[in-house]
Amino acid sequence: MSSDAATLQEIGNDYKYGFHDAEDYVFKSGKGLTRELVLEMSRMKGEPQWMLDIRLHALEVFHSKPLPEWGGELREIDFENIHYYVRPSEKSEKNWDDVPEYIKNTFDKLGIPEAERKFLAGVSAQYESEVVYHSIREDLEKEGVIFLDMDSALREFPDIVRKYFGTVIPTEDNKFAALNTAVWSGGSFILVPRGVRVEIPLQAYFRINAQNMGQFERTLIITEPGSYVHYIEGCTAPIYSSDSLHSAVVELIAMEGSTIRYTTIQNWSSNVYNLVTKRAQAFKNATVEWVDGNLGSKLTMKYPAVYLMEEGARGEVLSIAYAGKGQHQDAGAKMVHVAPNTASTVLSKSISKDGGRTSYRGLVKVYPGAHDIKCNVRCDALLLDEDSRSDTYPSMEIDNKDVQIGHEATVSKVGDEQLFYLMSRGLSENDAIAMIVNGFFEPFIKELPLEYAVELNRLIQLEMEGSIG
Amino acid sequence: MSDAPLLQLEDLHVQVEGKEILRGVNLTVRKGEIHALMGPNGSGKSTLSNTIMGHPNYEVTKGRILFEGEELVELEPDERAKLGIFLAFQYPTSIPGVTLANFLQASLKAIRGAENVKPLEFRKELLGRMKELGINQEFAKRYVNEGFSGGEKKRCEILQMALLNPKLSLLDETDSGLDIDALRIVADGVNQLINPEMGVLVITHYQRLLNHIKPHFVHVLVNGKLVQSGGPELALTLEERGYDELLQAHAVPAGA
Ligand SMILES: Nc1ncnc2c1ncn2[C@@H]1O[C@H](COP(=O)(O)OP(=O)(O)OP(=O)(O)O)[C@@H](O)[C@H]1O
Ligand SMILES: [Mg+2]
Repeated sequence: MSSDAATLQEIGNDYKYGFHDAEDYVFKSGKGLTRELVLEMSRMKGEPQWMLDIRLHALEVFHSKPLPEWGGELREIDFENIHYYVRPSEKSEKNWDDVPEYIKNTFDKLGIPEAERKFLAGVSAQYESEVVYHSIREDLEKEGVIFLDMDSALREFPDIVRKYFGTVIPTEDNKFAALNTAVWSGGSFILVPRGVRVEIPLQAYFRINAQNMGQFERTLIITEPGSYVHYIEGCTAPIYSSDSLHSAVVELIAMEGSTIRYTTIQNWSSNVYNLVTKRAQAFKNATVEWVDGNLGSKLTMKYPAVYLMEEGARGEVLSIAYAGKGQHQDAGAKMVHVAPNTASTVLSKSISKDGGRTSYRGLVKVYPGAHDIKCNVRCDALLLDEDSRSDTYPSMEIDNKDVQIGHEATVSKVGDEQLFYLMSRGLSENDAIAMIVNGFFEPFIKELPLEYAVELNRLIQLEMEGSIG
Repeated sequence: MSDAPLLQLEDLHVQVEGKEILRGVNLTVRKGEIHALMGPNGSGKSTLSNTIMGHPNYEVTKGRILFEGEELVELEPDERAKLGIFLAFQYPTSIPGVTLANFLQASLKAIRGAENVKPLEFRKELLGRMKELGINQEFAKRYVNEGFSGGEKKRCEILQMALLNPKLSLLDETDSGLDIDALRIVADGVNQLINPEMGVLVITHYQRLLNHIKPHFVHVLVNGKLVQSGGPELALTLEERGYDELLQAHAVPAGA
């Protein structure tokens, strides 16, 4: 048996996206991160000098910053053993038929083209480092909505990209943001013009295929005053015995009276380090909602943030995390109340099973001048067995007295009485646990479009079947 | 097989957390029979019904539980449910985030087989049954028992009984928490469900339920033993005299 097959069996066959394709790439960098690589990448992409300068500066910042001491175990990441840039095809296609056959097959298996036909307004599909397919409905394009992969956006709208790139998450923010800035490739760029409401979701799908791969997509979403967009991203990777790294940077800018909802359903295989920086700025009366579903990965460190910049801004984080055997989900939220009369809510739900570990790490910060603040944080953890673990690390920096802040945290175990009740009605133990888990995640699931809710319920069912009995 | 009684308890001994609660119970329930089980608080009535349903915390240390002649002790609660045993809980637990409709559909699929439960027919059946039991349709969308009043919980237990159509029903203080009208509605509901193929064990403290659901037999459980059995008149006698005499006569022996 190959080692991949062995690993597959070890995790109990419950990860159905674990297959991988043979590689037939246009370019694949050697392992390791060097200045030469960054120069080469930038040259191949035909970037302007200012972007190259940003990259080279970021590379220095990355090398100069130590690994974070908190969060999960990061010391095992071997930065020298990673391919930082892999270009599977020459360009991003607008027609599925033009996408290389084997990549198209992969996305077929993942159900992407079908989903696009059925219920999406636009789709972007990234394979390794590059977006290989991209489309947006014509009517939206006519209304001036821009939905492009980030590389194309840099070519077609360099001034806009230059104006906003790195303004929400500066290079110096943290080591992994610096890494992303140095070697970013792919990701989405969205601009919704004033007053335009994109009522059906735009989706991006991120797929890692190669072993020891690093994926560093860069996403920037800007909604002009009074506009609305719902963006959904999904991610999977094959199962390998050695680790891959996914380190994205996502910047959102919601201008006056606009709303951005950003939904993530991440289901990485258990050999992926997922270290992502996500941050939004919400201006006057704007709303930003992060709906963040974290399944899979080896270690996830992700704390979606909303900076409430002007009065009336609202921020929301609704997240779930599931940690099974050998997994650590260190997730949370940051709400920064810069302006008065701003409100935020955080609801975090996590489940640990088979020795898995979940942590909630949150920050609520209120600036001195920011009065009349409302903030509500709630985190619930559910442990499915004795070996599993959950911790909360909430922190508050409040420099104003005129605030209403609620914080509540609960940790519970799947109750014997609940199990007995459901089983006495004919449900097997697995089905009973899956039902309790689905119920626990319900506040999250009901926020998803139906198709995703169904898929998530199914994934949870699979996870529950993984190891019991 | 069909000649075997629905339920036979033979010298049943049950422990909870190492403490003996049932100390040799013998009881036979046949098809078409309604049995009432009475007894003071803490005498072991719920222990008995939980044990028959297969609650993992209740350990059978001696004796047997036979259902239609088949030994139950090794079976999981879901397997017992599939054989046709139903327990209406004294304290139904809540399942946050799971709607009553989804829960009942899953339960029905498990018991009847998924292929025999069609969404539209299920919906019709559910709403029909809810109407009979005076349960507002809105409850189908509410989370199982979450925030239900005591009486609403009990009605929902009987709703489940109505849908699952079990062979043996154990009703653990289904009357407690019900107002006078609800008691009548629920009792009528139960009476309509009872058929010559079904056996019922009604656990109650009060004669008023037995005015509606007329038992063929009444048993008194004291300190883990059935100390008296008789016809419906026994319940009336108990209501008059209380449990004092029986308690004194059947005190737990020292050291037990
Ligand atoms: N899970 C448990 N852990 C500890 N003790 C228990 C448990 N279940 C039952 N007992 C004990 O067993 C005894 C019998 O309890 P049980 O609930 O069967 O009484 P009951 O006859 O149903 O009482 P009531 O009329 O109040 O409902 C009580 O002393 C109770 O405290
Ligand atoms: Mg009781």
